[in-house]
Amino acid sequence: MKETTIAVEMREATKMFGAFVANDKINLQVRRGEILAILGENGAGKSTLMNMLYGLYSLTSGSILVDGKKVVFASPADAIAHGIGMVHQHFMLVKPFTVIQNIILGSETTKGYGALDYKKAKEKIVALSQRYKLNIDPDATINQISVGMQQKVEILKALFRNANTLILDEPTAVLTPQEIQELGKIMKSLTAEGKSVIFISHKLKEIKELADKCTVIRKGKVIETVSVADTSIKEMARLMVGRAVLLNVDKGEKPKTQEELLKITKLCVRNEKNLLAVDHLDLTIYKGEILGLAGIDGNGQDELVKAITGLKPIESGQVEKEGKRITGDTPKEIYRSGIGHIPSDRQKHGLVLDFSVQNNMVLEIYNSKNFSHRFILQKGKIKSFAKRLIKSFDVRPTDENKLARDLSGGNQQKVILAREIDASPDLLIACQPTRGLDVGAIEYIQKSLLDHKKNGKTVFLVSLELDEVLALSDRIAVIHAGKIVGIVDAEDADRNQIGLMMSGGF
Amino acid sequence: MVFLRKFKNMVENNPKLFPFISILIGLVSGGVVLLISGYNPFEAYRIILWGIFGKISYFSYTIVKSTPIILTGLSVTFAFRTGLFNIGAEGQFIMGTIVAAIFGSLFQMPFYLHIPFIILLTIIITGIFGAVIGFLKANYGVHEVISSIMMNWIALYLRNYFVRLSWLAKPNSEQTKSIFDSAVITFFDNFKMSKEGILWLSGHPICKGILRAPTNAGIFIAILAVIFVYFILNKTTLGYRLKAVGFNSDSARFGGIDVNKSFVTSMFISGALAGLAGALQVMAVSHNISILSMMEGYGFDGIAVALIGGCSAVGNLWAGLFFGALKYGGTKLQPLMGAPFEIINIVMGVIVFFVAMPKIIPFIFSIFEKKGEKNVR
Repeated sequence: MKETTIAVEMREATKMFGAFVANDKINLQVRRGEILAILGENGAGKSTLMNMLYGLYSLTSGSILVDGKKVVFASPADAIAHGIGMVHQHFMLVKPFTVIQNIILGSETTKGYGALDYKKAKEKIVALSQRYKLNIDPDATINQISVGMQQKVEILKALFRNANTLILDEPTAVLTPQEIQELGKIMKSLTAEGKSVIFISHKLKEIKELADKCTVIRKGKVIETVSVADTSIKEMARLMVGRAVLLNVDKGEKPKTQEELLKITKLCVRNEKNLLAVDHLDLTIYKGEILGLAGIDGNGQDELVKAITGLKPIESGQVEKEGKRITGDTPKEIYRSGIGHIPSDRQKHGLVLDFSVQNNMVLEIYNSKNFSHRFILQKGKIKSFAKRLIKSFDVRPTDENKLARDLSGGNQQKVILAREIDASPDLLIACQPTRGLDVGAIEYIQKSLLDHKKNGKTVFLVSLELDEVLALSDRIAVIHAGKIVGIVDAEDADRNQIGLMMSGGF
Repeated sequence: MVFLRKFKNMVENNPKLFPFISILIGLVSGGVVLLISGYNPFEAYRIILWGIFGKISYFSYTIVKSTPIILTGLSVTFAFRTGLFNIGAEGQFIMGTIVAAIFGSLFQMPFYLHIPFIILLTIIITGIFGAVIGFLKANYGVHEVISSIMMNWIALYLRNYFVRLSWLAKPNSEQTKSIFDSAVITFFDNFKMSKEGILWLSGHPICKGILRAPTNAGIFIAILAVIFVYFILNKTTLGYRLKAVGFNSDSARFGGIDVNKSFVTSMFISGALAGLAGALQVMAVSHNISILSMMEGYGFDGIAVALIGGCSAVGNLWAGLFFGALKYGGTKLQPLMGAPFEIINIVMGVIVFFVAMPKIIPFIFSIFEKKGEKNVR
């Protein structure tokens, strides 16, 4: 029977980095025509495992079998030669090149004397594209096509190299709900042709929808491999985290009155390329609510937040807080007017990684009266302040002298959260507050944001995770191409409708 | 192998040891070069050591030689901590020499006014000279390496211009007039040259040894500067602000810190430190300035000192003394064994090379390790 042949198998695969065991005797099987999901929290060892399978890392011990034969991969070229292809979370495409040029890059078709044979390549690409219903325009440059389309180019790139087993690393992170559905169809058409798909994810709903089997990894070990059809989402979550998880949060009451807190009118902001990233945007945030901003990455969220917080110059339009104009104020003045900010990139913007935790806790207030006296830092006071925050926000390890660099992602985020929430700002702008965190930390951070609301304060939640926006917000604004294209009440929000709005088709 | 493993663990857990290992590698490399050239390296290092500690006067010279590079090292260190690479310490040093030469020779004052007056002017003028680099970066995005190299040449030719001015130049020479005694910080400068001085010193060999070099108050000012930099960097809000900018200017800006202002402030202080080195050099050693055909290298040596000192104020003091000692002790190589003085520059070069690449030391260890192990895969 063709369906039951094992395409790729890993036996007791172990990877050690120094004394740290990233993967501990992992056993994994994927059959022909099967979709296998690898489920695990961040840091569980999913990426390491896939990097071994793709030849980027060598195995410390254990073995890989392709079609029942033992293989050793010294580099991705070996893996490709054995029919394994990988689509990375961050695409490896040359933006000014066309689709064809990208696909043939590294395995160019030539006419025999070094000259490129685009015609032959194009024929093969068009044939593949039709066979798997990818609908790709081979002559478009990467710059011109959407993120979803770019992912298809990556898939095509692997197929062009005759991949039989395709590894997809968090493939849905950058896609809209519609694009995710389309990806599902593509995966099905691949498996129908006898190819296998391994996809890495920590999103349970997608695994439930897309995968046949699911291997759950926790702390570098395989916990269990389950058949997706027979396992509930709740059960998979429990396997992944190791305890029962609350999947739904209680978001509490929405505010009864609509009192304006922040009013943005006709705001225009340019991005690095000098294009209008925020284009005559109007938005009002009411007191006491959590307003979620949904949108696909790169639709002006970043520029909008930076403009509000004074980190980016405003081209035109204005921002008012409680009737007072804050347009053009410095970041410090805006912070003091009661606007806190959890940045989307905690390592680049949120923390000084080479500073200790206590120094990071006072990044915005180091020169306030409490912590400085005649230009001299009051280290004792900073220390006790940091100790209090570490305790109340459960930062681990509980050492205020530890460098921020040495903390885990979740604890780094807690440091920022502690700092921002302790200042009790009227408006807290939280950008991607749970990105890349494990379930425990996500629960904690979401709860803290809800607590902030319960204390009568306001939260502006900017997130690429539609589920998070849906779970926490009272109202949801959707941004597309620098404009707010619609605001819906969370109560009557419909995933598909919001997804359509996000992609500009409404 | 066990010993090597232990040593490796010790080093990797303790990055502070890296400079010392780099120094060791530097000295060994210098020894190899000596060996290849046909000199006995042990003899050479013995001579250098003797050249530093052999006589009291040698030690005096060592301190005198170290003073300016401790200060230029501090200058580079300070800018480094704000994330700026101040190659312009050389030019700021030259500006300091100009300021001291002009205001030391133009008029007389009581020494207790004259010396602080020159130091103050040096700090202001060379500070502004350095701050220009920060200003250009903050407002026009000019990279500090480019602008500070330009500023070095501006300073050099400015000095040559001043030396030729009739109101400043010593007639029929390529030098300026000497500064007045009230601006001199060399100890007992007149006394040790006078008849009674020579007579008295011949009866007191220790004092004679100490004063044989242009022994001066500069080292105390340099130590004060070390304390000042340590204090600013570690105890004040200014230091917090500058370090935050140096580590991560994005998150500093996010936290409400004015990054552009920090560049200017940092370069002002950095410039003033290097300028101070230049002024002290004139007030203590040369007493005038002459035409420069090329840079003297005090500022560039400062870069090496800052790197070896691990960009900390106190580390900088030791690194400055070490570099100064090698430089002075190395001058004994030529007359005593015919080995070229340049060997010292090779040693220093190798040390800086290894200090600047802290990752190379674990890498070297890993090569040894791989040789010892069997191929696992």
